[in-house]
Amino acid sequence: MGSTNSTLSKIPNVEELMQETGFTPAHIVRLYDRFEALDKEKTGHLRPQDFGAINRLAMNPIGDRIIGAFFSPGQETVDFHSFVRILAHFRPADKKHPKDPSMPEPVNSRTSKLKFAFQLYDQDKDGKISRAELLQVLRSMLEMQVTEEQLESIADRTIQEADLDKDDAISFEEFRKSLEKVNIDHKMSIRFLR
Amino acid sequence: LPPLLSSPLLSSPLLSSPLPLLSSPPSPLLSSSPLLSSPLLSSPLLSSPLLSPFVSSPLLSSLLSSPLSYPLSFLFHFSQRFTTVVPESCMLILLGLVLGGIVLLTSKKQLYQLEPGLFFLFLLPTIVGDAGYFMPARLFFDNLGAILLSDVSLCSDQKVQAGLMEFLLFGALISAVDPVAVLAVFEEVHVNETLFIIVFGESLLNDAVTVVLYKVYMSFVEVGPENVQTADYFKGVASFLIVSIGGTMVGLIFAALLAFITRFTKKVRIIEPLLVFLMVYLAYLTAELFSLSAILSMTFCGIGCNKYVEANISQKSRTTVKYTMKTLASIAETIIFIFLGISAVDKSKWAWDTGLISCTLIFIFVFRALGVVMQTWVLNWFRLVPLDKIDQVVMSYGGLRGAVAFALVVLLDAERVPAKDYFVATTIIVVFFTVMFQGLTIKPLVNWLKVPRATNRKPTINEEIHERAFDHCLTAVEDIAGLNGYHHWRDKWEQFDKNYLSKLLLRKSVYRKSELWEVYQKINIRDAISVIDQGGNVLTSARLSLPSMASRASFPEVTNVTNYLRENGSGVCLDLQVIDNVPGAKVEEESETHHFLAGNLYKPRRRQTLHDSGDHERQDREIFQRNMKSRMETFKTTRHKRHSHKKDRSQKKRRGSDVKEQDLNDKPRRNVSWQDKDPVVVPVESEDEKGEHLEPEKEEDVGITFVARKVPDTPKERPKSVPAGLEVCQSPSVAPPSPTCSERNLPWKGGIGTLPVCVSMEATKIIPIDLQQAWNQSISSLESLASPPGPVEPLHPRVSALSRLGGQRPVSYSGSGVSGSGFGSRGAGSIVAQGIARFEFPPGGEEKDEEEGALSDQEQELQPLMSSSVRPPGPPPPPPLAQGLGRRRNPCVYLRSLVTAPPPGSEPLARSRGPTQL
Repeated sequence: MGSTNSTLSKIPNVEELMQETGFTPAHIVRLYDRFEALDKEKTGHLRPQDFGAINRLAMNPIGDRIIGAFFSPGQETVDFHSFVRILAHFRPADKKHPKDPSMPEPVNSRTSKLKFAFQLYDQDKDGKISRAELLQVLRSMLEMQVTEEQLESIADRTIQEADLDKDDAISFEEFRKSLEKVNIDHKMSIRFLR
Repeated sequence: LPPLLSSPLLSSPLLSSPLPLLSSPPSPLLSSSPLLSSPLLSSPLLSSPLLSPFVSSPLLSSLLSSPLSYPLSFLFHFSQRFTTVVPESCMLILLGLVLGGIVLLTSKKQLYQLEPGLFFLFLLPTIVGDAGYFMPARLFFDNLGAILLSDVSLCSDQKVQAGLMEFLLFGALISAVDPVAVLAVFEEVHVNETLFIIVFGESLLNDAVTVVLYKVYMSFVEVGPENVQTADYFKGVASFLIVSIGGTMVGLIFAALLAFITRFTKKVRIIEPLLVFLMVYLAYLTAELFSLSAILSMTFCGIGCNKYVEANISQKSRTTVKYTMKTLASIAETIIFIFLGISAVDKSKWAWDTGLISCTLIFIFVFRALGVVMQTWVLNWFRLVPLDKIDQVVMSYGGLRGAVAFALVVLLDAERVPAKDYFVATTIIVVFFTVMFQGLTIKPLVNWLKVPRATNRKPTINEEIHERAFDHCLTAVEDIAGLNGYHHWRDKWEQFDKNYLSKLLLRKSVYRKSELWEVYQKINIRDAISVIDQGGNVLTSARLSLPSMASRASFPEVTNVTNYLRENGSGVCLDLQVIDNVPGAKVEEESETHHFLAGNLYKPRRRQTLHDSGDHERQDREIFQRNMKSRMETFKTTRHKRHSHKKDRSQKKRRGSDVKEQDLNDKPRRNVSWQDKDPVVVPVESEDEKGEHLEPEKEEDVGITFVARKVPDTPKERPKSVPAGLEVCQSPSVAPPSPTCSERNLPWKGGIGTLPVCVSMEATKIIPIDLQQAWNQSISSLESLASPPGPVEPLHPRVSALSRLGGQRPVSYSGSGVSGSGFGSRGAGSIVAQGIARFEFPPGGEEKDEEEGALSDQEQELQPLMSSSVRPPGPPPPPPLAQGLGRRRNPCVYLRSLVTAPPPGSEPLARSRGPTQL
């Protein structure tokens, strides 16, 4: 407990952070350790290269996109607070505390989880997954042996399926609709260690 | 001193020295006497009249009852009303009751009993083996913690029931949740898989606990409660550990052995299924021999060997194993339930005691519920998705008692346990109550509680893609956050598996297939053959607009329809309504896409099943290379050009009507792609899935002329379907008399005119040199198919001559012709489709057949058709019947003529000859 407290005291505004993300002190400490391990040059910020150094990420077909999701547009680095905030998307929703209407929507709500996933597709941030964007993701997720043509027909099919307003792109609303039956809480959560 | 260890049940030297026993080979043990003295073991298996009990009554009666019960269980399956309300197991028990009553009436003495020997040696293993072998290993291990915990806690609950040793004993055996009953009921209820796995896994492991507790208490009873010392309790616990862990170990050892053996059965494929059965059963027997938990052993043997064995044995063996196991298991299940009914009628074994029975029932409920609540409370600390109250209710309600408890209680020694008759009666009542009452009510309960069911809904393509993306996302985030608790050990295991186990247990060809040139070649040959086969089917269906897609069997439909749509969008006159009107088309197309996606999406590390370690490596490499490439690209923008150029080209391709070019571009690539995909171990699930997909389609086939043929699986059935096709040819009345307008229009969309040319194009130009051999081989295979047995023999050489003459082109033609007419059996629809595929050829086509160079001529003729691939659909035929007939006939003749060149013009003759020719 002593070490927990001493680590916590190193982080500025830790109370606020915990309040916002819902992480327990133990979580925060753990993540902080990880953050420091990634931050090889001890600058207090992570750069894309730092993420790139994680070996397994190179094996991940959409790893680059996920790294990209940690960086808000225009910024080259990410500090601990935003790091934790991003990770908080993947905290399982807590059922015990019913939603407090006065509070802003928690970062691990279904919608924000979906938003996070959506922005992985929507690279140009225009609020729509265009055909080209979908194709890019598909191309990286499907094996090499799939031909371009097949990719395209899958993409077409996908868009056609989700596209309600026939604008040949998937808006967030459509994205949400198409995943209505999926248990997002289940699929987009990680059990953070205590 | 209480001679606990020397009591018969625990007398095996196991407790005192388990390890030497385990390590010594089983054969000397067979003859060693101390083991034999334990009653549980000695009864049927090892005693000298080994076979007699089985040869006499039980086996006979089981043989008798199974044919009787099977139609009945079929009946239950098919009568909707019954199955929606009454679980099959209930009906079987009732049937058993009736049967037993009849037997009792006629002979005054119950002849057939569910004898523990039969049960434990033959019936239980089949069921457990089936369950273990096909148990989704991943789910099982994910929930292992839950299973173990619930297991132990629930079983020990019953101890509280009474102070007496006898009651402890009884509590132990009655608390066992029975795998058979649970399986039977839960499978019909379709609860979600987590729940199912937890309850079912619990009941499987229960055996270990129950049997051990049973034995321990048994020995306590024998010794007498007043003599039991504290140390003995510890010995009991120790024996429990030994029995369960030992059983698991035995199972795993046999699993490794089995996997290792199947490595070398390449030359003797025929014994593969036998080996699987034998080894799994041997695991069971061996464990039983050592008084270890046989069920555990068998389950783990099945789970352990599944991956390696499935990879090693051939596809045919796999199918054999699967269906034999399923059949045996359901036979055994049927028999068990019937026997339960039969033996319940026999009054001589009963002694009714209302108090005991009602108390037992109440206690069972209360303790089961208590245990579930306690254990889920503990579990939920550790689970990502906590088990909520509803789950708990179902879990406690799903605790069905069944044959295990019954067999155990029958086994009791009446001299040592005076209350045996009461126990038997109570057990029977409890079993009946749980199976009947709970089994009957669990379905309404599940409905009422709105328990999430296992959804049969196929995920949409969106869901499939996005969920896969989520998985990748989670994996990445776990890596970033440096969390490796949940999947850490799993990864470790996979590494170990990849590095050592797979190397040892998998065939070299399976393990390192991608590196072996020979294998590559073999696969290429197979691919080429299937290309031709599918090319044939494609021709038959006449729906495929892009023949280049033919090589990927599952894919044509998708491209097809999306292409229709696209063409539609680009202003070509195509009637989309028609497609939408065909009910089967969309569904089918979707399922095809699913298969495609399932086969080709990268699997995230954490979702990696145990099945595909070899694949994994390749995947890793591929992704890695790709990622690196993309990173490079961000630096070097020059590279980008190439990429976009490629894209442009493909886009042009897509829109353009120049199918030829497209074909040229695509073909080689596709051929390569086949090589990788095919040999990969096919996990059982996907097989199942496929089966599911195909079945409804078959039904749809009937009414629709849209020929929802199963392109992927047809090649296998070739020999069978040929004669069937002949039948259709012979009786033209089978064909729908007048195809509807939509039917007629549909194939048009495929751009029929282009089709044959494309096939020929791909045949001539695109086959790479290293595939030549493959082509040759497939040619010969097709020839042998095309060669007619009887009168048409003289015609056959011409085909081969043609094929030699015209290079590859005629081959593909003849191939399509053969398979085309062969697959006429798919339904009358395909004949029509053939007809439509062809009817736009000038009527003169028939005469041309006579000429030697018919094919090249035709191609010339087709050339204009090809260039104008977007011809508007033909006007709906005003005189449908006559025209339809004409169309139908012509193509048939035409196609056949490609193969065997029948006398032209004489249509009836041609038709009647069709069969013989083929």
